[in-house]
Amino acid sequence: MNYVFQFGDVFNAWDELALGAWLTVRLSALSMIFGLVVAIFGALGKLSGPKPVRWAIDAYIEVIRNTPFLIQLFMVFFGLPAIGVRLDADQAALLAMVINVGAYATEIVRAGIESIKKGQIEAGRALGLKSMQIFRYVVLLPAIRTVYPALTSQFILLMLNSSVCSAIAASELTAAANDIQSRTFRSFEVYFVVTAIYLAMSFAFSGVFAAIERLFLSRPGKA
Amino acid sequence: MRSFGVNELIFIVSAARWTIALSVVAFLGGAAGGLLVALARTGTISPLRYAMIAYIKLFQGTPLLMQLFLAFFGPNILGFNVDPWAAAALGLTLNASAFLGEIWRGCIQATPKGQWEAATALGLRYMPLMRFVVLPQAFKIAIAPTTGFLVQLIKATSLASIIGFVELTRAAQVINNATYRPFLIFGIVALIYFAMCWPLSIFSRRMEQKLAVAAR
Repeated sequence: MNYVFQFGDVFNAWDELALGAWLTVRLSALSMIFGLVVAIFGALGKLSGPKPVRWAIDAYIEVIRNTPFLIQLFMVFFGLPAIGVRLDADQAALLAMVINVGAYATEIVRAGIESIKKGQIEAGRALGLKSMQIFRYVVLLPAIRTVYPALTSQFILLMLNSSVCSAIAASELTAAANDIQSRTFRSFEVYFVVTAIYLAMSFAFSGVFAAIERLFLSRPGKA
Repeated sequence: MRSFGVNELIFIVSAARWTIALSVVAFLGGAAGGLLVALARTGTISPLRYAMIAYIKLFQGTPLLMQLFLAFFGPNILGFNVDPWAAAALGLTLNASAFLGEIWRGCIQATPKGQWEAATALGLRYMPLMRFVVLPQAFKIAIAPTTGFLVQLIKATSLASIIGFVELTRAAQVINNATYRPFLIFGIVALIYFAMCWPLSIFSRRMEQKLAVAAR
């Protein structure tokens, strides 16, 4: 092996990498938040909506879960302008990620809501809680608590998957890496460093999710 | 500009064979690697067990796209020239080994302890214990999640297009660049992926329900 590693060029571009990492974090965090909102409405619609709504949600889930994210991204980025909706790369990336994670998270949240026992809701009603209060405190919060591990690992997968958005040159970490690579030709070094950054980010997200669980989701009296 | 006709459609549909080929190669390679990972991960040799934990964490904690890039550029450094096909097969195999290894570890550990103890009491050594007692039972539990992972893997092969391997997604991009009918073209391609993945998803769900009923 007579290859000389040159990480200098990569570390010189640390500001680009830091910005890229931040943009990946932002893009992922926004997708998680919007995706969770989609999931909550999706799960509600699937559990208590009228039949056509249920069918539509089922179709949405099956289509998204059985096609590659890259194709979904291309559909949003190249397909939508063809019918008159023009999005820039960053908006398209965010929209595609929300659509994608929404489908997976809907199934997860639905499983959580289904795990709530009927008696619990009846108990809430007996205590005189309003239906919004019942939904919020008796159904949704315990449901999310139950499926929290599945939900957060889905979110971390989403963060890792966001690297695919570089295919439409959305601004995030992998796209920054591609820029540095095409300028310095230090392909291996660039992607090696960026892979390490992703690994660090997935550990960081795990840490943040664990902290959120401790702070907001621990059961009263059990913490 | 070219228009989208039968020839373009045939080009796309026939590229699906590369998606299938890549999925099969990565699945077989991943199954072989995954079995070794799962055995090492559940075994008694500590350094090997820790190495496998690190391997799984590494591949589950980084984007597949980065793994493919490194599989593409890495061998070059060692003096091997790899084409996109070999790089994609290598990257996906390593990735599938980690994921299948972790799935199968769970399945091996899910076989009741009594089975291990009974086999040990009968004097079975590690190899026959695994071969005749544990793995056959773990296999039954593994069918549903393994099929589920196969769906992930088929979808994941689309990323090989980014390192330049002409499979279904790349073929669609090529045709789209020439004809510019994105909705139609990516719609067709989505449909082809769906036709490959959906039956597997349904099968996986059925097996899961069957197992849940059996466990009740």
